[in-house]
Amino acid sequence: MVELVIDNKISNTSIDDPLAPPCMTAGAMEGSKPYVAAPEHNEKLGFPGELVDGWQEKAIARMGEIARTNRAFKVYLDTCIKCGACTDKCHYYLGSGDPKNMPVARQDLLRAVYRRYFTFAGKYFPKLVGAVDLTREVLDDWYSYYHQCSQCRRCAVFCPVGIDTAEISMAARDIMDHIGMGQKYCNEIIGKVMDIGNNLGLNEKALKATMEDLEEDIEDETGVAVRIPVDEKGADILLITPSADFFAEPHIDGLIGYAKVFHAAGVSWTVSSYASEAANFGLFIGSQENTAILCKRIQKAAKDLGVKRIIFGECGHAWRVAYNFLNTLGGPFDFLDQNYPIPQHILEFTWDQIECGNLNLDKSRNDKFRLTFHDSCNVARASRMGDMPGGQFEIPRNVIKAVCNNYFEMPEETIKEKTLCCGGGGGLLTDDLMDIRKKGASPRMHAMQQVEQDHGVNHLVAICAICKTQFAKMLPEFGFERDAILSIHQLVSNAIILEGQIDEDDDDDDIDEIPEPPGASATGVGS
Amino acid sequence: MAYELNGATIEADEEGYITDLSVWNQDLAKLIAEDENIDMNDEHWEVVNFLRDYYEEYQIAPAVRVLIKAVKKSMGKDKGNNKYLYTLFPYGPAKQACKIAGLPKPTGCV
Repeated sequence: MVELVIDNKISNTSIDDPLAPPCMTAGAMEGSKPYVAAPEHNEKLGFPGELVDGWQEKAIARMGEIARTNRAFKVYLDTCIKCGACTDKCHYYLGSGDPKNMPVARQDLLRAVYRRYFTFAGKYFPKLVGAVDLTREVLDDWYSYYHQCSQCRRCAVFCPVGIDTAEISMAARDIMDHIGMGQKYCNEIIGKVMDIGNNLGLNEKALKATMEDLEEDIEDETGVAVRIPVDEKGADILLITPSADFFAEPHIDGLIGYAKVFHAAGVSWTVSSYASEAANFGLFIGSQENTAILCKRIQKAAKDLGVKRIIFGECGHAWRVAYNFLNTLGGPFDFLDQNYPIPQHILEFTWDQIECGNLNLDKSRNDKFRLTFHDSCNVARASRMGDMPGGQFEIPRNVIKAVCNNYFEMPEETIKEKTLCCGGGGGLLTDDLMDIRKKGASPRMHAMQQVEQDHGVNHLVAICAICKTQFAKMLPEFGFERDAILSIHQLVSNAIILEGQIDEDDDDDDIDEIPEPPGASATGVGS
Repeated sequence: MAYELNGATIEADEEGYITDLSVWNQDLAKLIAEDENIDMNDEHWEVVNFLRDYYEEYQIAPAVRVLIKAVKKSMGKDKGNNKYLYTLFPYGPAKQACKIAGLPKPTGCV
């Protein structure tokens, strides 16, 4: 890391403490509700089309079923000691001040109903133990506030008894799906994966055309024919990456980075048009059945293409699902080469290539950036990389430091296992939830303003498709440029020099059009 | 929701994307654009027409990078970038331009 003198350092201005407790306002976010899924979206996933008759009994029955089959869920509902440690740990509470966004209060929305129907005290003395009937009002509260949780698990890090609100939020959404009250954004998307293979609805013809177009771009820029193969039978590696990597900015620059790394490593690889999605929204709605259906597509694609390895691209919850459930829900993968991790993360692959000295890297090509890294919540708190504890924190940082000179950490309480969610995770990355997305992003954005002030940081790096899209939308709200969000593999792509590379003229290079740091305009915005 | 155009009611989803893509015409595009506070000029039309042509071929909107490349080709290097597309369509070229072009909303982590 190289410390430079910062000319544009902003002094004598105060940045909001990213973790400062908010001014509490009861009911501040009770009007925040995502669109309800259409009947065809629910039915495709095996749920009733719309709110069913007798939904109370059916919801309670489903809750009982989850409590019987998911020990964690029951323990989480039974063991809260109301110590208050979690109350100020949720980014949505910090950003909104709505007390129902305190993790304990969010859990209690479900816990109160669980107590009423499944505990002795709640059945006979409900008022004494805060047990409530499942009424329409309660259901509406569930729909609102369980869609203000990104299932990021930050609260669980601080809970002395280890209660994971994410599990409760997933169960709540599963119960609502079972009575026909699904969320449009998640359910429509899962249906698209079943029909077409990815969240976007990007069909095989369009995928192949887009990848050919990218190959041309890379060759124009470098003079090297780097391939992005689609459905190539017999390739060694199947890359499973979020479909946003085929479509959105800045995601697609990360895809180019993966392609360059594979090219430089000399391995054969392919993407699949059948399993062209890493993201698995089945997790967000707590549906093991739907999560498994999407995992199984990956197994089928791997078999059909005859690959030996599976590598996942940059996607937070995709890696959470892949790391924890791909083998159990999508396996067996006994047909793959057992000498490699199943599955493997692209950063594990790239870091290994860097350690082996297989990549020719020129860090100075990223000197225009002053960078900080946003640990994506699902990678940080629900997975691992490499073979040592904390590998999911170290490997991304190792790669960043191998490809750039100017790297700085955000405040310690906001990184690694204590990282703040981007505000758009867990099925909340939809336009109808923009208000809560902005409020949830504010703690992370204030942490970034802090390193902007202290170190002149002008760009944020992330390894999750949701984080990248969310920040591209949020950064301008907090005084930064829209393109101040980068993928790690975009940095790798900039730094790597391929064999035979001839750089095109600089004046046609977007990398040279980096805006100046936002300066004083960043302060006091969005507070 | 729905749009009212020349006495006809044109169905749209909650977010204003028309549900029957075949009913699209330029007057409807202008009406949707008005709702989005966009005054359609030649450059807006060029983007909208490109999106429609691409959709006809591929049944999906193009990647933003593909759109940028097309704009670069026709409007020049100064305008062939994401930033300029955002000045044309402040809510984002992918979603807002698709809505005006009468195409489905791009879904997923985008």
